[in-house]
Amino acid sequence: MAYQKTYEEINEKIKRGEAVVVTAEEVIDIVAEQGLEKAAREIDVVTTGTFGPMCSSGAFLNFGHSRPRIKMSKVWLNGVEAYAGIAAVDAYLGAAQLPENDPENKVYPGRFSYGGGHVIHDLLEGKEIRLEAIGYGTDCYPNKKVDTVIKLEDLNEAILFNPRNAYQNYNCAVNLSDRTIYTYMGIVKPNLGNASYSTSGQLSPLLNDPYYKTIGVGTRIFLGGGIGYVAWNGTQHHPNVLRGENGVPKVGAGTLAVIGDLKQMDPNWLVGLSYIGYGATMAVGIGIPIPILDEEILSYAAVKDEDIYCPIVDYSEGYPYGKSIDLGFANFKDLKSGKITINGKEVISTPQSSIYRARRIADTLKEWIKVGRFELTKPVASLPSADANIEFKSIPERNPNGNR
Amino acid sequence: MKNRVVCYFSAAQSEQPIIYQLIKDYDLVVNILKADINPQKEGYLVVELEGKREKYKSGVEYLKSLGIHVEPLSETVVWSEEICIQCGACPSFCPTQALDLDRETMMVSFDNSKCVICGMCLDCCPTRAIKLYFEVREAV
Repeated sequence: MAYQKTYEEINEKIKRGEAVVVTAEEVIDIVAEQGLEKAAREIDVVTTGTFGPMCSSGAFLNFGHSRPRIKMSKVWLNGVEAYAGIAAVDAYLGAAQLPENDPENKVYPGRFSYGGGHVIHDLLEGKEIRLEAIGYGTDCYPNKKVDTVIKLEDLNEAILFNPRNAYQNYNCAVNLSDRTIYTYMGIVKPNLGNASYSTSGQLSPLLNDPYYKTIGVGTRIFLGGGIGYVAWNGTQHHPNVLRGENGVPKVGAGTLAVIGDLKQMDPNWLVGLSYIGYGATMAVGIGIPIPILDEEILSYAAVKDEDIYCPIVDYSEGYPYGKSIDLGFANFKDLKSGKITINGKEVISTPQSSIYRARRIADTLKEWIKVGRFELTKPVASLPSADANIEFKSIPERNPNGNR
Repeated sequence: MKNRVVCYFSAAQSEQPIIYQLIKDYDLVVNILKADINPQKEGYLVVELEGKREKYKSGVEYLKSLGIHVEPLSETVVWSEEICIQCGACPSFCPTQALDLDRETMMVSFDNSKCVICGMCLDCCPTRAIKLYFEVREAV
């Protein structure tokens, strides 16, 4: 039987300050030098990191009650609407929500200078935020209007809850048309002018644990500069996709829903973003520790950029209209070098996800574990993996009047 | 021809309807980019003037005849390291490598001396860490 470790053994070493922790980049050379078996005995934890735009993010906020009390039916923070269709003074502020009077793409391409992600960042910076709310008035909640200024510290709870983060792999966006396009992958120049990609490759959490053998429901993680947890699989979690021989998905696959107390997070790791012509969103920093329980888990965590591929997708026609245009795959070593080759043409590659920041996250998490500040958790339930039979559905086209 | 210029006014000159004259008498397309005109003191106007070469020249002469100082606009691009999240998108839009991504550290840097102020980077920065400033002197 090959060498194995348990979560309990690793946590004992963390408590004693003796755990051997390396980042998902550092582990590559260690495994190459020492071999899997020796390295698996030696290394207890591999830390990963990613920092990029993640639109499916937001926060549940509880404002406390006004006097007289109000059942908020609409809520705005700095003019950005938060969803109030839950209990009286609870709301969910989405990262991609725009201010009420935003010109959007009326003057194309729109600027999208402010949105929900910027509000979350401003809250974390301790800034004053205008809170406006209206209600229709009830016997128990007679107040119909609130207009005040709040800070993060004034809220009872602020819970970051992101329904889809840390996408396991993603498209590399190109533009085959003859006009510049403005997408959630940034500006994509005409006639294969550039190729925009967005993952941290060999540092990315789910690319280092491709079958979710250690990352599951309840996994404690670095989230937005604080501590969070994996709450569930994310939306659009689709693990049963094309994978390479190393098990790594070659297209978008698994996703994570993550949760944590916003009040202990840091504005450096949750940053509002403005994508010209597309919208507002938020960059989220996530780092996930991978316990090296055995050689197999280590072999996955030692994955290299050159062995991770993502599909090259046309965003002028292919993606928006669901047309199948085969442009092949690009590997992350080439993407990170600044140039890839598509159909024999050399194309500049444009990152959207910050490798520098991803490294800092992996380093920070490593430090937290080394000093005993952060212990690992065994998942309480596994995420559906490659053997799941998940169908990636689209909206059905049906006649609302019932006639077919 | 098309040029961006800064016009510096004295308090008295700010009473003149110069934009009207530039359009009506000199057939120029006038695009006001920035203005700070105050009847109590001097002010400035940053404008883009577009028209036939002869018209453009005589339009500028007209401004000078009123005693208005007309200078070519100097602009400067400022990259804020504090706001930048080092995503690395901007260097692939920069034609002169003024914005550069170090492939080892994966950090962005900006060399002002290489910048030709084309403005390509302004749109592609998701944190708006890169800004274009007009360089305008304090009032004359």
